[in-house]
Amino acid sequence: MRQGYPATSIDEGGTAWYNVVRGAHETVAREGSLIQVRGGRWRPWIAVLVYLLPLLFLGLFFFYPLVEIFRLSLAPQGALDLSPFRRLLSDPYYGRLLGFTTGQALASTLLTLLVGMPAAYAFAHYDFRGKAVLRALTTIPFVLPTMVVAAAFTALLGPQGHLNRGLLAILDLLGLRGQIQGPPLQLQQTLALVLIAHVFYNAAIIVRVVGGFWANLDPRVEEAARVLGAGHWRTFREVTLPLLLPSIVAASLLVFLFCFTSFGVILVLGGPGLATIEVEIYYQAVPLFNLPVAAALSIGQMAFTYAIMAFYTRIQAKASVPLNLRPSEATQKRPATLGSRLIVWSSVGGLLVFLLAPLLALVDRSLSLEGPYTLRYYQALMTNPTQSFFFVPPAEAIRNSLLVASTTVALSLTIGLISAYLLTSPSAPLRSILDPLFMLPLGTSAVTLGFGYIVALGTPPLNLRTSLLLLPLAHTLVAFPFVVRSLLPALRGMNPHWREAAGVLGASPLRVIREIDLPIVARALLVGAVFAFTVSMGEFGATLLIARPRFPTMPVVIYRLLGGQGALNQGQGLAMSTLLMIVCAVGFVLIERFRVGEIGEF
Amino acid sequence: MALLEVRSIYKSYGDTAVLEDISFRVDEGKIVCLLGPSGCGKTTLLRIIAGLETAEAGEVIYQNRPLVEVPVHRRGFGLMFQDYALFPHKDVAANVAFGLRMQSQTAAQIEQRVSEMLALVGLEGYEARRVYDLSGGEQQRVALARSLAPGPRLLMLDEPLGSLDRALREELMNELRSILKDVGVTAIYVTHDQQEAFALADRVIILRQGRIVQRGTPQDVYRYPASSWVARFLGLSNLVPGRIVGRTPFAVDSALGRLALPALDGVAEGQEVTLLVRPEAARLAQRAAEAGHIPIEGTVRRCSFRGSHYLLQIDHEAGLHLEFELMFRAEDLPRRGDRILLSLRPEAISLLAEEPDERSQDG
Repeated sequence: MRQGYPATSIDEGGTAWYNVVRGAHETVAREGSLIQVRGGRWRPWIAVLVYLLPLLFLGLFFFYPLVEIFRLSLAPQGALDLSPFRRLLSDPYYGRLLGFTTGQALASTLLTLLVGMPAAYAFAHYDFRGKAVLRALTTIPFVLPTMVVAAAFTALLGPQGHLNRGLLAILDLLGLRGQIQGPPLQLQQTLALVLIAHVFYNAAIIVRVVGGFWANLDPRVEEAARVLGAGHWRTFREVTLPLLLPSIVAASLLVFLFCFTSFGVILVLGGPGLATIEVEIYYQAVPLFNLPVAAALSIGQMAFTYAIMAFYTRIQAKASVPLNLRPSEATQKRPATLGSRLIVWSSVGGLLVFLLAPLLALVDRSLSLEGPYTLRYYQALMTNPTQSFFFVPPAEAIRNSLLVASTTVALSLTIGLISAYLLTSPSAPLRSILDPLFMLPLGTSAVTLGFGYIVALGTPPLNLRTSLLLLPLAHTLVAFPFVVRSLLPALRGMNPHWREAAGVLGASPLRVIREIDLPIVARALLVGAVFAFTVSMGEFGATLLIARPRFPTMPVVIYRLLGGQGALNQGQGLAMSTLLMIVCAVGFVLIERFRVGEIGEF
Repeated sequence: MALLEVRSIYKSYGDTAVLEDISFRVDEGKIVCLLGPSGCGKTTLLRIIAGLETAEAGEVIYQNRPLVEVPVHRRGFGLMFQDYALFPHKDVAANVAFGLRMQSQTAAQIEQRVSEMLALVGLEGYEARRVYDLSGGEQQRVALARSLAPGPRLLMLDEPLGSLDRALREELMNELRSILKDVGVTAIYVTHDQQEAFALADRVIILRQGRIVQRGTPQDVYRYPASSWVARFLGLSNLVPGRIVGRTPFAVDSALGRLALPALDGVAEGQEVTLLVRPEAARLAQRAAEAGHIPIEGTVRRCSFRGSHYLLQIDHEAGLHLEFELMFRAEDLPRRGDRILLSLRPEAISLLAEEPDERSQDG
């Protein structure tokens, strides 16, 4: 998959290029940053001001809201008051909440491993036709908004869903139709549906992280074990598994973290009976308006997720200990025997059916909710039949989403580009402080963030409650870590000698930027932009809390429509979800086409 | 007249000086080699001349004009990086054309010059190739073509053969000198490999820890190393401590006996000196050393075949380890522990006006 210039990922570009990039990165670290290269002609204070921008942004729109949450929960009336925490500890309801949140996350993680590992194995060990496309397809769910996934599973597994209708048709054939009441498969608002959705979401992480690592594992290590007398199973247990374990643990932690803070999926598919801490924060903050308890829950959850993040970072560092990795071409073979073909077809095929069926069902149902194919739900999006004040024509939400997303792109590219340059700075202490700092928003739940905005930015001194910028700001915070991660491989792959060579050959500093920096970083910038766009289009947790009722975005409208009664609401919800899915899928294709290196480098 | 003059350059990183009081001249059309172990500051010196870094003191003067105010891209110099720094997003032709485009040449001129340059380095027909598909040697040639294309007033080469394997290095080393001489470009060549320096340079400047320790033609430098450090750095390891015992006639006492040697200026009687014994100047002796030659007797420690000669290492009785390059017939081949007598031409010994230093190797 070679494009303009080689991918930097170890699983696609081969280890040689990977080493070149690593070497170049070390050179950057040793020999100086962009600013020095420009011959010291930059005014230092301008650089400092520019570089302060991301920190200022994080300070105002991330740390300030978090501090306000702390203040609210620890000292609601000004004096230190720990009663919200005492309530959390004494009320058994919150114990059960933590138990359920952890339990469902654990179960989801195990199921995801079960579903993802066979495909990871097949992708890692076999080279088959269309592999790149198939593997890319498995990643689609990862970029889909939760509302789209919720709608898709409703379309596939809901009472009127394809599966139930199929089952009914079979029962009809067998003449057993009369023996059951209602739809044969009643999954809505059950834990099972939530778990299925979580697996759907996260299987790609296992396939990418574990599969990517597995593909580069030197097969000669296993061969050595075989020669020394170990059987297949013994080799796997004593050699392969231990080598693979760090990547399995790292991937599992990531999946666990995502499921632990799951919001949209639980809210829509789980119904009122099921709540994670994240959902509870929302209930406490918005319908119940019990801000101190919501704040205390947020803090508890943050402590927990950061502990996992810290653990994850350590595991990841360990997983990246340079084993003797080999380019994947050297580790893979074509599935020649019947058995190996069976493995590939069942694992990869099964996974793809599981991942694509809900999406196809969504498109199909949005066109044929009540039987015949029709575009009426799409047409209905333009109208506001209820004429209620709070409901705007759903189509307006499309406009809102586009507006917010483009603003988010502009903001997060600016902040992200500066941050990425900061992270390639030659000062190692600076990097080691800033790197986790810029990743912090990724580990903070969206609902907490939205809640923090309500608490902090709705009141003076910084009142943005009615500002149209509030949503883009929140989305930027969620999106800019992705932008940074997209840009970093390209920037780190920049050999400072390229700029110097251009300078020596007669290119002025501006010309160097135009001829060297821009063309090389352009693709990464595009990928960052698309990432920011898709993240913003699909962001639900924070948006639900802070979007003004008259200014809903697409996911908020989908949530409202799916919660509404009647076929028209449902149909419009599915139609809107389909539109959103198409936007995100297009974005995903662009990302896959243009990315430099592995963006899964979270 | 010197084309380029470097005057009293000083540069430090933090508390450590990387370049101290560096001064030298480069004459038009000459190749000057900066030779030194890694970390001696030679690359930094090159970057200062190119304008990529600034010296804290001293000047770089080109044709009697100080360069300090001239930014990198206006100097009109060429620099070939050790890692070549080929632009990965441009093909071979676009890489070579880059400097020409900066000079705003017309497309036709550029195209012609690019093919000329590619022909010069032996890469005809490589125009549309992607640079990361090329082998190391091909990349090296593209980098050379790119630096030469704009017709630089001065070409600097930073260890251009450093990342190539031995055979390719030998081949390109010879080729590089003919290309540079054909073009007639003035060049500064940085390397840590004395063979490269000797093969390419008109003049050699040896750097150690940021200071110039010797300069001269390759032949002079090899013949008369200025210090035992330089001698060792050049691969001359037979260093024998001695003491001047007489001025007229000039005589030196050492483990090799009392020797009458050509007089060395600036040394007093009783002064400690170092004798440098050339490895190629010994011959196998039967009973006694040839007339006028110096006898060297020792125990064979190792004798290893090196292709054109054998490397004979012996333990001399005074506790010295000496190495000589000799030819043996198969039946004469000495074995470990054999006593051996060698006969050494006295011209093969040079005197260094200092004691042998510790076997310090910087890098």
